[in-house]
Amino acid sequence: MAATSAQSMRVAPVVSAEGLNVTFNSAGGEVHALSDVNLAIERGDFVSLIGPSGCGKTTLLRVIADLQSFTSGHVRVDGLEPKVARAERLYGYVFQQPTLLPWRNIADNVGLPLQIMKTDSAKNADRVTKQLSRVGLKNFARNYPSQLSGGMQQRASIARALSFSPELLLMDEPFGALDEITRDNLNLELTDLWRETGKTCVFVTHSISEAVFLSTHIVVMSPRPGRILEVIECDLPRKRDLSIRDTPKFLEIAARVRRGLHAGHANA
Amino acid sequence: MLEQRKTDLALIGVAGLAILIVWYVAALALNFPQVMVIHARDDVPLPFTSLALEALRPARPVLPTVDQIATEIFNTTFGHSVTSPRSLVHHSAITLGTAVAGTLLGATFGLVLATAIVHNRTLEVSAMPLVIASQTVPILAIAPMAVVLFGNLGLSGFVPKVLITSYLCFFPVTIAMVKGLRSVDRQMSELFETYAATDRERFFLLKLPASLPFLFTGLKISAATGVVGAIVSEMPTGGGVGLGARLLSGSYYGQTVQIWAALVASAAISILLIWIVTKIERRFLVAGLGR
Repeated sequence: MAATSAQSMRVAPVVSAEGLNVTFNSAGGEVHALSDVNLAIERGDFVSLIGPSGCGKTTLLRVIADLQSFTSGHVRVDGLEPKVARAERLYGYVFQQPTLLPWRNIADNVGLPLQIMKTDSAKNADRVTKQLSRVGLKNFARNYPSQLSGGMQQRASIARALSFSPELLLMDEPFGALDEITRDNLNLELTDLWRETGKTCVFVTHSISEAVFLSTHIVVMSPRPGRILEVIECDLPRKRDLSIRDTPKFLEIAARVRRGLHAGHANA
Repeated sequence: MLEQRKTDLALIGVAGLAILIVWYVAALALNFPQVMVIHARDDVPLPFTSLALEALRPARPVLPTVDQIATEIFNTTFGHSVTSPRSLVHHSAITLGTAVAGTLLGATFGLVLATAIVHNRTLEVSAMPLVIASQTVPILAIAPMAVVLFGNLGLSGFVPKVLITSYLCFFPVTIAMVKGLRSVDRQMSELFETYAATDRERFFLLKLPASLPFLFTGLKISAATGVVGAIVSEMPTGGGVGLGARLLSGSYYGQTVQIWAALVASAAISILLIWIVTKIERRFLVAGLGR
């Protein structure tokens, strides 16, 4: 696993960053949001970016998505510059809020990217139905977002990101605003979805157990300036259920992540 | 819920009754001197009660009573064919037509202008002050000049009236839509960025629908202003038709009852227009926003 991973790293990482720096000019002077970030994300990986608030994990995700420009360094998404990758619609993005258009029903929200990308409209309805049933919202296609709970809205937003079948899924704390039980359920659904579809996922979170549960690799980051402390491999079996959280292996990885975060905090 | 409704209805009833009482007392007080003059040389002085009764229904009252106005409205509505120049319906319909056309034209212009302002920084700086200044010029001063100008261009009647009306109507829609088109949630905007959406898609799929609540708020104000604009435009155009002309001739000939009837008709038109806008708004928004 490690060997093939190292090999393909040299061949074609889905996302790569080398010597990436991001500085913001704010009222209080320059803020170094990301400092010398080096990262390679392999096809089919589930990578979590974890760290305290202000560590630049969201900034890193936004740079990959070309929602944020960077100051220096090298970033490639599927071998392309982020700007080109965005124009090619290579990724689906899930925001912290569901960001559904309130005037469109769930089916029309999920179909929004297809409408913009002008895909074959005869097949669009099928694709929307397929994604809706994948996230368990088939019976809510005609409902409006405000009629759904927060968890269901976020499910719809994931279905929307998947509707045009991008190979890369970028998620910015998608379950951060949800209660713990809903969050557990969605984590379970997400890991199943990832295993079944084989997508590459980049997932921002500040929950250690969420990161360990979902990921193949956990990128531990520290604040001010935001940088990568270590990348922890999370080699739990790909098929996971919630009980895995009580296994020694899980707890051991969680402890490593926690130690990493604390070390970063002590240095900062 | 039902109790609340009952209380509301009772309050409306009490308020209505209070207004009626004040109205009749005022009519009595204002019309009484007139009656006194008429009966000043009577040999046998009339008792106060018959003078008072007469003060409540003189031929040319200073303040007509509610029943006089109601009778006038009833007679001019049902007493004449709708094509007759004596029919209130005839005049109301003409004013309504001008108001609707003026509101639609003004709102369309306002929408286009707001879109241009939002998308062009230079226009925002240059056009916005003019838009605001345009509304500080009294329409009553502009209307006669507009009539003369358009008359010279060979345009009379409907066209100048609609243009004068739209001059008032474009403003609320412009202001509301400049705000509305800018109200788009930042994250939704970024969502469209991740789809590499064009400006056109962004406008029609995001900005325009997101600003519909603002559009309808602006439209309601425009619709009410449109009736005012239509009436003002009918005063100098000299066609002698419409509620504006009706108001003018009423004041020439001291026909206060006719004036009041026209006022009630214009209020009814405004309410009708706003009701229509509200209906359309519900159709568009309630389903969409799941309210």
